[in-house]
Amino acid sequence: MTDIASLKVKTGLAEMLKGGVIMDVTTPEQAIIAEEAGACAVMALERVPSDIRAEGGVARMADPTIIQSIMAVVSIPVMAKARIGHFVEAQILEALGADYIDESEVLTPADDSYHINKYDFKVPFVCGCRNLGEALRRIGEGAAMIRTKGEPGTGNVVEAVRHMRTVMSEIRALTLMPQEELMTAAKNMGAPYDLVLYIAKHGKLPVVNFAAGGIASPADAALMMHLGCDGIFVGSGIFKSSDPKARAKAIVLATTHYKDAKLLAEISKDLGQPMTGIEISTLDNSQRMQERGW
Amino acid sequence: MKKCVGVLALQGAFREHRQVLEKLGCDVVEVRKSSDLEGIHGLIIPGGESTTIGKLLNIDGIGKKIKELGTKDLPIFGTCAGMILLSKTIIGSDQYSLDLMDTVVERNAFGRQVASFETDLIVPALGSNSLRAIFIRAPYLREVAPNVGILAEYEGKIVFARQGNLLASAFHPELTSDQRVHKYFLDMIDEHWAK
Repeated sequence: MTDIASLKVKTGLAEMLKGGVIMDVTTPEQAIIAEEAGACAVMALERVPSDIRAEGGVARMADPTIIQSIMAVVSIPVMAKARIGHFVEAQILEALGADYIDESEVLTPADDSYHINKYDFKVPFVCGCRNLGEALRRIGEGAAMIRTKGEPGTGNVVEAVRHMRTVMSEIRALTLMPQEELMTAAKNMGAPYDLVLYIAKHGKLPVVNFAAGGIASPADAALMMHLGCDGIFVGSGIFKSSDPKARAKAIVLATTHYKDAKLLAEISKDLGQPMTGIEISTLDNSQRMQERGW
Repeated sequence: MKKCVGVLALQGAFREHRQVLEKLGCDVVEVRKSSDLEGIHGLIIPGGESTTIGKLLNIDGIGKKIKELGTKDLPIFGTCAGMILLSKTIIGSDQYSLDLMDTVVERNAFGRQVASFETDLIVPALGSNSLRAIFIRAPYLREVAPNVGILAEYEGKIVFARQGNLLASAFHPELTSDQRVHKYFLDMIDEHWAK
C-alpha cells in the first residue's frame, strides 16, 4: 500500500537534514549563496528576524512570490514560516509546495490560545520550544521536527543554549524516574503522557531537534552541536554579517566538524564583522519573541 | 570476520545507518575525514542533502579517496543522496559526484516533500516478502549501463541497483526495522573480502 506524506515521511525529511545548516533567505540571490555554501535547506522569508525586530508592527507569512522565486532557483528543500495558529497561512504554504512549515514565534501570533493542528497537513511542520513540555505539546499536535526558540534576531546565543540545556536535562531526568512519577511529571510540564513515556523509555525526542535563535558564528554552531542538537538554523546571523558567503560556508563546516577545535580555529579566521548582537536583558518582555507560544 | 563498516558522517541520516549496522554486529566508524577511511571493509553514504554532502566531500581530499577506494572494489552503498553522489551523471546539475556508477540519476524525481511517500516494494534478490520502502524527495535512476543490475523498480522507475561492488537505493532502508537491505550489503562485503 502506498501512503503519501505519512508521519514517517514527514519526520524522515528532518532526519535527512541532520548535521546540516538551514539558512534564512529573503531573495533568490541569497538562496543561491546559501545553497552554494552548503546549506541543507533554506527558510524563505520577507524579512529576517533582526529586521522584524527593528521595524516592529505585525509580521506575517511572506508574499508567495518571494517563496516561489526562491523555490525556482534552488534544489534543496525550501521552508517557510506561518504565524502561530494561522492554519490558513499554512494551507497557502502547502498549496505553494513548501517543503516544511515553521509555525514560528518570529511572526506575530494569529491565535493567542491554540497552535495549528499539524496532522491536518501533508507538509511537515517544525516548531520552537524552550523546554521539554513545550516540545512535547508541539509533537502532540503533529510537529515532525523541533527546534529551540532561542531569542531570534539578537545574534546572542545565550537563550538557545538555555533552551537546549533545559530540554536535554529534562529528558535525562525522565529516564531516571520510576514509572509512578511519570504521570505527575507529565502534568507538571503540560506534556502528553504517552510522549513522556516515550522519552522515559528512549531517552530522546521522537523527532529531530535543531538549535535556533541567536546563532551568529561557527563557534556558536559548534557549541550547540556539542549540547546535543541535531543541526542548526541560522536566521539573521548570515545575511546581516559583513561577508555572508564566507560566514555561511564556515558555519556549515563548523556544524559537521564541531568536535575538531583545530579546524574550527582555521575556519573562524577572517570572516569579517558578525551581525551586531543585542544583550537579552535590554529587551523588555514585549520584545521577547520566545514568550510567544502556548 | 568481524566487519568494520564506515558511515560517511558529513551530513544527513548517518546515525540510523550506524544503529542498524551495530544491531547486525558490525563495528562502525563515522567517516568525517580521509584518515577515517583507513581499515574499513565497506562504506555507506547516507541520505541527506546531496549538494551539502558533495561540498563537504570536496574538502580534505575525502571524496577523491572514496572514489579511489570504490575504483579498487571497496563495497560502497549509497542511499538517496548517496545514490546521487555515486552516479556519473546527475541530470540538470553540475554538483559534485563521486563518479563511480554508470548510471544517470534524476534528483527530486517524484516531486517536492508533499509528494514523498512510503510503499511496498518487491525486491526478488531479498526474497518474496515485500519491502516497506520510504521515499523522501527521492531520486531514481533514469538510465543504467548494461553492467548495472536492477534490483527493484517502482512504477517502472529504477530505485535499487547494483554494479559490482556498488549498491544504490533511492529509498531509506535505515528508517525501517527491516534489515534485509543492510544484510544484503554486508554479504557483498563478505564476498569481496573472501576473494
